[in-house]
Amino acid sequence: MANKAAIIVHSGDMDKIYSALILGNGALAMGLEASLFFTFWGLQRLKKGGLEKGPLSKMNMLGLGRWMIKRKMKQARVAPLEKLFGDFLELGGKVLACDLTMEIMGVRKEDLRDDLITDYCGVGTYMNEARDASVTLFI
Amino acid sequence: MAEIKVNCVGETCPVPLVETRKALRQAKAGDIVEVCGTHPASKKEIPMAAKAMGLELLEVRDGADGTWKIRIRR
Repeated sequence: MANKAAIIVHSGDMDKIYSALILGNGALAMGLEASLFFTFWGLQRLKKGGLEKGPLSKMNMLGLGRWMIKRKMKQARVAPLEKLFGDFLELGGKVLACDLTMEIMGVRKEDLRDDLITDYCGVGTYMNEARDASVTLFI
Repeated sequence: MAEIKVNCVGETCPVPLVETRKALRQAKAGDIVEVCGTHPASKKEIPMAAKAMGLELLEVRDGADGTWKIRIRR
């Protein structure tokens, strides 16, 4: 087993995207390799202007819960997703965009944040990443 | 040998870990990375990361008002 984390980001919920990016950065910081495979609702967050747009997974309350958590996160000085993505890529993390999701949901390449994406690929690439990963997560 | 200083005072998870890793990547063999911060868990986790990467932990020192300073040799 290699020191590697292969994480599937299926959810587009704001809190889960934070979890995924914090885990990915944590893996890289602890000396592991890391890849994040964005699929389905997760991929929607890689659309231009979509990064911070996800709802809260629980108690969203038409955005009120989301607003409250955002405020708490700001008070706690949690790094914004833009910085977490930048750090993740700078430390050698891979961001993989699911091409099947693009096809199903009609997402064009030009709709996505190409600057955040390492590769556009399918399940084979993810499985190849996960083959020798000691940490695999589905978020 | 260069010394790289990283200031993470007031930063929370995972920023101190990430900034330390960035500095270690930038450092050449033998260089020293010195991180200071206030996030309690990072004080334990940065030495864990150094150990996992086979780097030499030189010092973990507590300062005033919950601050700490960690020195690692690349």
